[in-house]
Amino acid sequence: MPEAQAICQEPEVDFTVLDRIIFDDYGGNREAMIMMMQAIQRQYRFLPEPALQYISQAIGIPLTKIYEVATFYASFSLVPKGRHIMHVCTGTACHLKGSGGLVQHVAARMGLDGGGTTPDLKFTLETVNCLGACAVSPVVVLDDRYYPKANVGQLNRLIEQIDTE
Amino acid sequence: MATAPRAAAAPSYAKKFACAGELEQYRQALIERTDPAAPRILVCCGTGCKAVGSLDLLEAMKGAVSAAGAQVRVMPEIKRTGCHGFCSRGPLMSFQPENLFYQRVQPADAEEIVRETILGGKRVQKFLYTPPGSKEPIATVDEIPFFAKQTKLVLKRVGRIDPFDINDALVHGAYKGLVKALTEMTPAQVIEEIKTSRLRGRGGGGFPAGVKWESCAKQPGRHYIICNGDEGDPGAFMDASVMEGDPHAVIEGMAIAAYAIGSDRGFFYVRFEYPLAVQTLTRAIRQAEEMGLIGENVLGTRFTFKVSISTGAGAFVCGESSALMSSLEGKVGRPRPKYIRSTERGFRDSPSNLNNVETYANVPEIILRGGAWYTGIGTERSTGTKVFSLTGNVHNVGLVEVPMGSSLREIVYGIGGGIPNRKELKAVQTGGPSGGCIPIPKKFLDINVGFGRLAEIGSMMGSGGMIVMDENTCMVEVSRYFISFLVGESCGQCAPCREGLTRMKEILTRITRGEGRPGDVELLEEIGTFTNSFSLCGLGTSSANPVLSTIRYFREEYDAHIRDKKCPSGVCKPLFYYEIDPATCTGCGLCRVKCPAKAIAGEKKKPHTIHQDLCIKCMECYKNCKFTSIRIM
Repeated sequence: MPEAQAICQEPEVDFTVLDRIIFDDYGGNREAMIMMMQAIQRQYRFLPEPALQYISQAIGIPLTKIYEVATFYASFSLVPKGRHIMHVCTGTACHLKGSGGLVQHVAARMGLDGGGTTPDLKFTLETVNCLGACAVSPVVVLDDRYYPKANVGQLNRLIEQIDTE
Repeated sequence: MATAPRAAAAPSYAKKFACAGELEQYRQALIERTDPAAPRILVCCGTGCKAVGSLDLLEAMKGAVSAAGAQVRVMPEIKRTGCHGFCSRGPLMSFQPENLFYQRVQPADAEEIVRETILGGKRVQKFLYTPPGSKEPIATVDEIPFFAKQTKLVLKRVGRIDPFDINDALVHGAYKGLVKALTEMTPAQVIEEIKTSRLRGRGGGGFPAGVKWESCAKQPGRHYIICNGDEGDPGAFMDASVMEGDPHAVIEGMAIAAYAIGSDRGFFYVRFEYPLAVQTLTRAIRQAEEMGLIGENVLGTRFTFKVSISTGAGAFVCGESSALMSSLEGKVGRPRPKYIRSTERGFRDSPSNLNNVETYANVPEIILRGGAWYTGIGTERSTGTKVFSLTGNVHNVGLVEVPMGSSLREIVYGIGGGIPNRKELKAVQTGGPSGGCIPIPKKFLDINVGFGRLAEIGSMMGSGGMIVMDENTCMVEVSRYFISFLVGESCGQCAPCREGLTRMKEILTRITRGEGRPGDVELLEEIGTFTNSFSLCGLGTSSANPVLSTIRYFREEYDAHIRDKKCPSGVCKPLFYYEIDPATCTGCGLCRVKCPAKAIAGEKKKPHTIHQDLCIKCMECYKNCKFTSIRIM
């Protein structure tokens, strides 16, 4: 799969972009490190190691501390994510309406163990704690589009669409 | 009649207001140009309605109105507002000044609404709200029980104003409290007023805000004001709605706190899952700065207050004050022991005052109308109102504000409209993952919701999530769910929380799989009590509440799982199966069509059967059967 290999490679990190984030947007302020990392993650969909090494140099924080932060917070990822990201809300209201079953179902269909990314980097399944849209639970978000009151049949159709790509 | 101009041009402000008088003059000019009788259409664009497409509806309405063009006698103003509260009926819109309420409106309906309602002056029946069990539609907001039974104090402007337009907030009275504090009161008087009001922190702890402010103000050094917008409780969206719907109320409350405590720097800490709140606050802060309502020398006084926003990165524990401050410093969010309070040494080791979004939003009105007035609302020990996000198995899911001390019956049945699908109410869960489940039919439907009373019965107020559970909720599974949530979110630095939760999760998972052993319940009680007694932070010391409260009130369900290997509610998959009752099945075939596993077979008009090996127990047949013929065995 040549295409998949191309994605698997570490992305080319553009250091001018990092400079813009670290110095222009956040003034090199150490306290803003979490927000810098969020900006980098938005850029690459995960935290590439060279970028973290660069932050470490730029603001003078040991790489171990950055690693600690990157692994502590749920929103950071040290591995690349799929091109399609599905978030299943597992907040209490969604849980009561059966979102746990939806996660199990999608994970089983995609051969994932409860969540994660498929080996071909096509699809990532993640759970979120609450999206605040409890009125239309269970909520599934695929590529930033909301699917209110989701059910197994509907998710099957979404997955089939991704499969045929 | 000729087409009237939409409104006179907004009065301009060239620079920051140099004094309170200038602001009031400007506000007066704004009010004078606003015609209260002018038609306005408020489209709800809170998170709930946005999820069902309200932004498209907003654009469609704007398009349809301008397409109607000259036919419209008085051009209505179409306003994007924050959450109206009635989320289960979204997308929502209301027509002012008559307060007409339309629900479940789709973008495709915009043209019809313009034709019928705006041009024709008619109410379209299908968009009106009809209460469950009734055939009479209700037209206006004031007559709908969901709205009529609420007392809106914190939410008074949420859903009424355009959160992106500070002028709209000013017309509706924003920053009047700040003006009063700056011009008529000393910092000590402000603190005294808050103490008189007996306002308690709305984040969960319920600590008196005035006392906190006073102890922080006494400390030497630079002071910080922090707003906790890290609403991590799943199933809770009160703070999000306030930040998204009326950001200026929170900014004003923080500014008043800063003046009282003697601080010049404030921070919002908002979870990254709330992008709309961040966007709204960012804009609101900029607008308030441009007008000189925050920033340097506010309204020409010596008071200076700068505010910025930090976003969280997905850690529940950061809702705890000391963890939040650590995260604000760009570090991992781990709570620290509280032998030194953060009001003495908090953010950057300086005295820091941290309150929740809703607490700050209460402040301007208290300053404006006096602490004594505030104590007139609510109960002796819990004054004021509380915003709840009412979710779960209840008709009217949404945002609800009631005086403290309202009964659960009032909230769940009066405002919430009761339980759908003729199900029985089983429990109400309050206080988020570390709260407790209150069993309902037994005794507590009439308890008054306040800080003290909820704690007495083994739950807590928390930040205001209120999750209604019907008879199809398995309490053992709920308890497993919360504990497993907390295992994932425990920061892991202290053993009672880290190990205690993990062991409890193991045991509960075993029980829900049908592998429970005699003595498991006693073991859970022992571990839970230990975890609650010896954990480091507030989250840890309440983390076993879901287990302990469900054991206390639903012991028989644990026994059914462990002894009989049955899940009476039909949730724990290995412990039940579905069966179709041949006596009542009409053979309508709906379950057969709905079943995603193709596990149901049967001829038309003859009782169907479920193939147990194919059944994935997804509940689709059970939910859809019109004749309650699907039985949980």
